[in-house]
Amino acid sequence: MNTARLLFSRPWIWSFAATTVVWVVTVVFTGGASSLGLSQAALTFAAFSVIVGIGQMFVITLGPGNIDLSVPATMTLSGTLALKLMDVQDSMIAVGLLLSILLGLAVGIGNYVLIKLLRIPPIIATLSMSFIIQSTAIWANRGLRIKPPDILASFTTSNLFGIPNIAIVALVLSAVAWVLLEKTIYGRWISAIGQSTFAARMTGIPVDGTRLATYVLCAVLASICGYLLASFSGGAALNMGAEYLLMSIAVVVIGGTAVAGGNSNIPGIWGASLFMFLVVSMLNTYGFGAGFRLILTGLIIIAVILVAGGRQSNR
Amino acid sequence: MKISSGTVRLIIPAASLTLLLAAVFYMQPRAMSYTGLNLLFNLAVPIALATVAQMLIMAVNDLDLSMGTFVSFCACVTATFLQASPAIGVLIFLGAIAAYAAIGVVIHLRELPSIVVTLGMSFVWGGLAVLMLPSPGGEAPGWARWLMTSRPPFVPMAIVASIVIALVTHFLIMRSSVGVLIRGVGGNVRSVERAGWSVIRLRAGTYALAGFFAVLSGIALVGLTTSADANIALRYTLLSIAGVILGGGEFVGGKVSPIGAVIGALTLTLAGSFLSFMRISPDWQIGAQGAILIVVLALRLFLNRLEKREKSR
Amino acid sequence: MNEVTARREVVAARGIKVTFGAVKALDGADLVIHAGECVGLVGHNGAGKSTIVNVINGGLAPHAGEVHYGGNGGQHGISAARASGVRCVFQELSLCPNLTVNENARIMHAELAGWNWRVRALALVERQLQDIFPGHGIDCDSTIDDLSIAERQMVEIAISFAGLRDKPKLVILDEPTSSLDAGLAAQLMAYIRRFVGEGGSVLLISHILGEILSTSDRIVVMKDGRVVADRAASAFSTRSLVEAMGNVVREQEWLRSTDKRGGEPVLSMPPRRGQGLAFQAHRGEMIGLAGLGGHGQTEMLLDLYLSRNSNWWPARRKEIAFVAGDRGLNGTFPLWSILKNLSIASLGELSSRSLVDRGQEGMLGDGWKKRIEIRTPDMENRILSLSGGNQQKVLFARALVTTARIVLMDDPMRGVDVGTKQEVYDILRAEAASGRTFIWYSTEMDEIRLCDRVYVFREGAIVAELAGDEISEKNVLEASFSGGEAA
Repeated sequence: MNTARLLFSRPWIWSFAATTVVWVVTVVFTGGASSLGLSQAALTFAAFSVIVGIGQMFVITLGPGNIDLSVPATMTLSGTLALKLMDVQDSMIAVGLLLSILLGLAVGIGNYVLIKLLRIPPIIATLSMSFIIQSTAIWANRGLRIKPPDILASFTTSNLFGIPNIAIVALVLSAVAWVLLEKTIYGRWISAIGQSTFAARMTGIPVDGTRLATYVLCAVLASICGYLLASFSGGAALNMGAEYLLMSIAVVVIGGTAVAGGNSNIPGIWGASLFMFLVVSMLNTYGFGAGFRLILTGLIIIAVILVAGGRQSNR
Repeated sequence: MKISSGTVRLIIPAASLTLLLAAVFYMQPRAMSYTGLNLLFNLAVPIALATVAQMLIMAVNDLDLSMGTFVSFCACVTATFLQASPAIGVLIFLGAIAAYAAIGVVIHLRELPSIVVTLGMSFVWGGLAVLMLPSPGGEAPGWARWLMTSRPPFVPMAIVASIVIALVTHFLIMRSSVGVLIRGVGGNVRSVERAGWSVIRLRAGTYALAGFFAVLSGIALVGLTTSADANIALRYTLLSIAGVILGGGEFVGGKVSPIGAVIGALTLTLAGSFLSFMRISPDWQIGAQGAILIVVLALRLFLNRLEKREKSR
Repeated sequence: MNEVTARREVVAARGIKVTFGAVKALDGADLVIHAGECVGLVGHNGAGKSTIVNVINGGLAPHAGEVHYGGNGGQHGISAARASGVRCVFQELSLCPNLTVNENARIMHAELAGWNWRVRALALVERQLQDIFPGHGIDCDSTIDDLSIAERQMVEIAISFAGLRDKPKLVILDEPTSSLDAGLAAQLMAYIRRFVGEGGSVLLISHILGEILSTSDRIVVMKDGRVVADRAASAFSTRSLVEAMGNVVREQEWLRSTDKRGGEPVLSMPPRRGQGLAFQAHRGEMIGLAGLGGHGQTEMLLDLYLSRNSNWWPARRKEIAFVAGDRGLNGTFPLWSILKNLSIASLGELSSRSLVDRGQEGMLGDGWKKRIEIRTPDMENRILSLSGGNQQKVLFARALVTTARIVLMDDPMRGVDVGTKQEVYDILRAEAASGRTFIWYSTEMDEIRLCDRVYVFREGAIVAELAGDEISEKNVLEASFSGGEAA
């Protein structure tokens, strides 16, 4: 009885349980030979999903209709511009990161200005914004593919005590996000706004300020992720962010964050990100083609949602 | 004179379309001909059908993020099964429509967010499309090709088809007694439920109807392009949502307008042509589309404000 | 007695029990309604009125007991109830706001289908509206969104009374006059009598006891999920009704303090849209905003609040707090515990470096739980586990916890039981005495009489200012109606 209640009150447990199952199945199939490599790869690739997923989660927490579709374009532009600026010089690493963060700030502010000034739903505002960002990225990406600075490249691809550095970065960011969400006034505010924007306004919460901060936070995280991803994969590509549009939303939802807003959790994002990567690699090891892989991925997303349930009852 | 708020909602998209069309004619007077119009609006029909499908989903306060992959899937079915053995093709389509109804049931029963379920479905449809056509290919059925490329007198096919779609769906959604129920679900589910209607059936029916229009969209698309591939219509997810919004529809509250949605789809199609007439560098084409979207929405806001000021007087 | 049993039963609910978790909403309630009678149903919040209505209209299956429609037992459910001619007008308006009047009629009446249904729907609604509210002036082709609240309520009532093939047998009216002015309410009551005279039945729920007493044939009083009195209306008076509901009417012993209008006003506002009087509030004053509902009182409270509260930056010190009237819409945060709902407005004082101090928050919660007697075992319980009145107390506490010296109240006692009201009034008095300023929009005369000074609103502007002994029902009514048609 108690365990059941715990399970239902902590929806992220489901995503970790599923992750464990998939991991075990994959490792057993490959005879255990790949368990370390698989885990490291899973942590690395999950880390990217986690970083964008956290940003998306904060936005989704703001309530129905809040979603940031500019994540992939922001990642691409950030990676492109940062690598261009750093121009393979190790001394420019910090400057490149700063540029990424500034870009995220600008995108976030731009998104919210559109939402606020034009009073359009975030889905359309961020979509229009992403078109413009994507064009800028196409324009900026012309010419040779620029490699990341050596130190940065080796940092993003190496491990510390067997744990990928990228995963450690994501873990630190998650910890910060967790404190932000659970312990601070800001966390209370976004949850309140997600439950009832008008009620939040009438209790004196600066709704616009909080929402602006949230969209900026999401864009900055996407920027940082783009910076890391471009460095990790040895250069920026125009389509590097593409898969993260659906991924960032999928990990948030599978992780147990309420899509209706007001209720979110960080551990679930980790579970969901690891799960999503492991599913794909499991299907790969079983030798399924791309078509089957897609179908099964989709069915699993739906199955997880069905099991984890929809809106929590109010009683 | 009193104008209903529904009519007002139509004025804005119609004005944006006219404005854009005028700009295109000004820059390229040759477009003001039968062939010119046909070229301009060539791809409008499948987009309009997909937009209507999306609008149906939005009428019951949901959102379909799998529209693009589903239309691609339908295009692949059209170019393969429907062309080779029509019976099987039709069966597949019926199955797909049933799947849409089932999605509606599941979303309703488990109170799931439609965004997530359709997100999952987008992988499924995409996977099925890849299985059918791993590389671009297939062939359009002759009748679809004939229908889409026929040249009725005076007015190009694309425009005739758009008007027919707009009128049929307007009757279906805005005038018929069933359409009222569908929009009622979007406006106030509880009141529809209390009146003794089965909301689950209504939602399932709405989803099935949306699936049907999406199937038509896939067929129309293949009729134009003659072949298909698994990624042929991925843009349609976002295009269809943007089309509904441009056409004066809203995300919640069952406020939709089929005529507006078709106009929205035409506007989006025209925007593409407009940009190539402007000789904008291909790098900036997507960006300019975003900018156009923003401008149109700003215009809509401005007109809405004006209307509100009139009203408060 | 014989005469009553001989009449046909339209609905008979016997021995109904419904529980929500630990709460017994209905504990063996009986309610029988016969053809050709209007039954008045009264009781406090939490007495079980809404629950028994939901059982009768089929929306809620009872955990014990039986519901029979027209004498036959068997099926239960929304469709069964509707098939037996039961219609319900709910307290919260339940039309589809995006549809037109005739389209809403279509939703309510399944038989409006097929060719030409629009014309038939239009005729149906227009005839019925004309019947109940002669001279209504509502355009039945307009969207519900474009109608005023009173018009929406009229439309909903008309649609429920309308019948295409067969007239409804029982219409349940849950607070039908809450948004109607006196004239429209009188028209409705007259129509109810006609409807009952023609053999229909009505179950009338209203907090306006005058309406109940003058319109009903029989009055049923509920308390704690049971029926405690069921007698002919003529056997009741206002006083005996209130006594039956279980709360003795307290004498108003409210010594109005001396005029506090000395010194600088703490809050002021120029006349709205350049019309009427200016608004001013002083320290420690309790100011009432009176007048008919929907004449600009809420708008002014929102203006006062929003103009003093940035939407972009957090306020360093809260100077103004707001108590919502519509809990569900703009008050509670449903996913949260009682404690979080209580502390949300004063997190600034409960935290250091933007980190919320849970210990301090808990202490605050315990203190206020005792002070305002929130009836819950644990402040960590969900806010929705509380009854409406207790939720409202939490909203009051939310405002009082803050450092705000000015508290705005938007008809917060709507739908709160008398006992809770008295408790809150006592708290308000104490707080006003300690220097807080209250600005209180209320639709109830008793509450307006508690205030030091009253602004009366009409058509969006302040038309009268009453102070001290000038505050009387007569003066307020005179100001709300004077000029034009009401004279």
